[in-house]
Amino acid sequence: MKSTRIGIVVAAAVLLGVGASTAAGSTRSAKHVTISVASLIPGSTPAAIKQFNAQVKEFEHKNPTITVKPVEYQWTAPTFAAKLAAGTLPTVFEVPFTDARTLGDHGQLSNLTPYFKKLPYHKKYNKRVLAEGTDAKGQIIALPKGAYAQALHYNRQLFKQAGLDPNKPPTTWAQIRKDAKIITQKTGKPGYVEMAKNDNTAGWILTTLVYSLGGRMEKGVGTHAKATLDNKYTVKALNMLKAMRWSDNSMGSNFDLGWSDINQAFAAGNVGMYISGSDVYTNLVQAYSVNPSIYGLTTIPMANNKTAGVLGGGTLAAVRPKVSKATLAAAMKWISFFYESPLVSKKQAIRNAKTLVANHQPVGVPALPLFNKKQYKLANSWIKPYINVPIGHMKPFLDGIFKQQLVPEPEASTQSVYNALNAVVEAVLTNQSTNIGQMLQQANAQAQAAIKAGA
Amino acid sequence: MTTVDERGPALPSKRGLSRRYVRPRRTPLSWIRGGGLTAVLFLLPLLFVFGAFSWYPIVRTAIMSLQHTNFVSAPTWVGFQNFAAVWHDPQFPIAVRNTAYFALLALVFGYPIPLIAAVLMSEVRKRRGIYSVLAYLPVVIPPVVGVLLWKTFYDGSSTGVFNTILHWVGLGPYPWLNSEQWAMPSLVLYSTWANAGATIIIYLAALTAVNPELYEAASVDGAGLFSKIWHVTLPQIRGILLVTLILQIIGTAQVFVEPFLFTDGGPVHATLTVMLLIYNYAFGNSLGGDFGKATALSLMLAGFLAVFSLVYLRATRSWSTR
Repeated sequence: MKSTRIGIVVAAAVLLGVGASTAAGSTRSAKHVTISVASLIPGSTPAAIKQFNAQVKEFEHKNPTITVKPVEYQWTAPTFAAKLAAGTLPTVFEVPFTDARTLGDHGQLSNLTPYFKKLPYHKKYNKRVLAEGTDAKGQIIALPKGAYAQALHYNRQLFKQAGLDPNKPPTTWAQIRKDAKIITQKTGKPGYVEMAKNDNTAGWILTTLVYSLGGRMEKGVGTHAKATLDNKYTVKALNMLKAMRWSDNSMGSNFDLGWSDINQAFAAGNVGMYISGSDVYTNLVQAYSVNPSIYGLTTIPMANNKTAGVLGGGTLAAVRPKVSKATLAAAMKWISFFYESPLVSKKQAIRNAKTLVANHQPVGVPALPLFNKKQYKLANSWIKPYINVPIGHMKPFLDGIFKQQLVPEPEASTQSVYNALNAVVEAVLTNQSTNIGQMLQQANAQAQAAIKAGA
Repeated sequence: MTTVDERGPALPSKRGLSRRYVRPRRTPLSWIRGGGLTAVLFLLPLLFVFGAFSWYPIVRTAIMSLQHTNFVSAPTWVGFQNFAAVWHDPQFPIAVRNTAYFALLALVFGYPIPLIAAVLMSEVRKRRGIYSVLAYLPVVIPPVVGVLLWKTFYDGSSTGVFNTILHWVGLGPYPWLNSEQWAMPSLVLYSTWANAGATIIIYLAALTAVNPELYEAASVDGAGLFSKIWHVTLPQIRGILLVTLILQIIGTAQVFVEPFLFTDGGPVHATLTVMLLIYNYAFGNSLGGDFGKATALSLMLAGFLAVFSLVYLRATRSWSTR
């Protein structure tokens, strides 16, 4: 009898144990979430990948119920459109300022508002930057990853070889033209190179030039905006390029370079000067291991008029639509950890900087403030001991950028406006007898049609 | 009383020619016994694969060409608006003209070269295998690798590979891909290099089927090499020539890889082809493609090629079977 009782107790204990362990298992699996996140661009160096993985490990350690799956990612218009249509974007991905609001209005991004309001630092955001990730209904659909101002990147070594002072980069467009010509003559390398690829980078850089001269590509907002691509400043900018290309012969002989191509060419020492975002140094290190000693950064020269300004842009982190609440919450935790907290939490900022330094990744790349100016200065002071970028070579930019007027990219149909300008830039650089006025009229009509259609 | 064998139809005999044929009674069991079920089982995977990956996409393409859709928002029916929009797109005639230009250049330069190479190689007695391998090698190289390689060759500076070689004979430098005039011929040159090998192999196979006695007879008649090629070889392989011609025209009408990877349609739309325009409609805008216009243009291209092929086959039927 006793043995029967013991048997019943043991059986009950075993059953309870099994039940309890099953319950624990199901609770754990129910709470466990896996998210895929945009990591580095394809072709990044092993050191950069190692640094990213270290951050993933740290995040997973802090959040044991979340598994992070890094996915190589680079935003380009065609691949983004294809992935968007196919539903194969990672859970957390990055979009440029130009696209986020429209994607949000189309319901193609998750609404982050409830989670955003729980962030302890949500009131510190720079309102102009936050507006880029806010849709027409006022919902937060993306959080800023980084903001940049367009800048002039130059090769200090080529400046020296050409007999120019690398500590005194050009401050006017006339000087850029003159220096480019000297660099070409003395070194045989192109003095000034432009992105002129048909992937909208050609239009992007031309717009930057036009802004710096005082022009704008459109007036008004939304589908009622008026395209003004054929304004006198665009004509002036194109004529300047034409002179550098055909009279000075200082722009080289390859005119199909996109964003990655020109970075690669610069890192290889084959470009005297070029225009791109102020934060490009990160890519130059991560993808092309640029020699820091050749790198120089300065502001884009501004024309002497009130409307001249520097084109600013940036990238936002967003979450794929139609994900579960648990996934969305996990995605927001990642966004906060990876993109935002290094700018608002001293502990995280220092830990992040230490990891970057340990993996030979750049710390202190010039960027525009995502939060208010007080927070920006504070965050910079935290990482000051860890800065490993050639900050002295970036002094001309850091000294001048906050004196310049920051102008956002054309708001209505941005990519279509750039697309319309691509052919004009290509024509000027590849055909000496291009009729600039006629080409611009055609581009303007094309852009206007796209704006009207909301494309 | 006449009996009929159930296993098969009665063969007519001299006596029974007027006898009425009685069809055997088919039952499910006889159908299975006759191998019907096995045939269906073997057919199912094929039907599934064709259905899922060929017929369904074709039907879906036809439906989508009548819709406005970006795969995210709900599609809306727009009738033939997409076709009208493509027809009135200023880039449409440019793409058609460029595609025709590519096809013409490929026909003038790309079509005879494999034929000449195959005829010359068939005349070679020693190490023919090596020549075949060398000719076919470019076909084995992945197109992206080949294009990247040739992009280096086409470097527009005076230190570019082609420009350096041409400089030795006092020519150049040429802008290659950076010129509206030079870009398309540059693509054709690469395309000929990349695709000639496959056609050469087909011609070599066809040439082995030519009866050697015809050449001997021609020699007896005093024919030289070129005379033999003109009067014996070409007439003997005319069927193959006609097939490769239509395949080349269809292939060049769908050219995409070269303009996409080399020039992205530039400079100034000089290499924008119909297929590239379809791609741009679908994926050119990061905010969501216009798949309606993309499928409409795809159907227009498919329709044109179908009609062209029918006309071509009808026009050349008598010549190819003579």
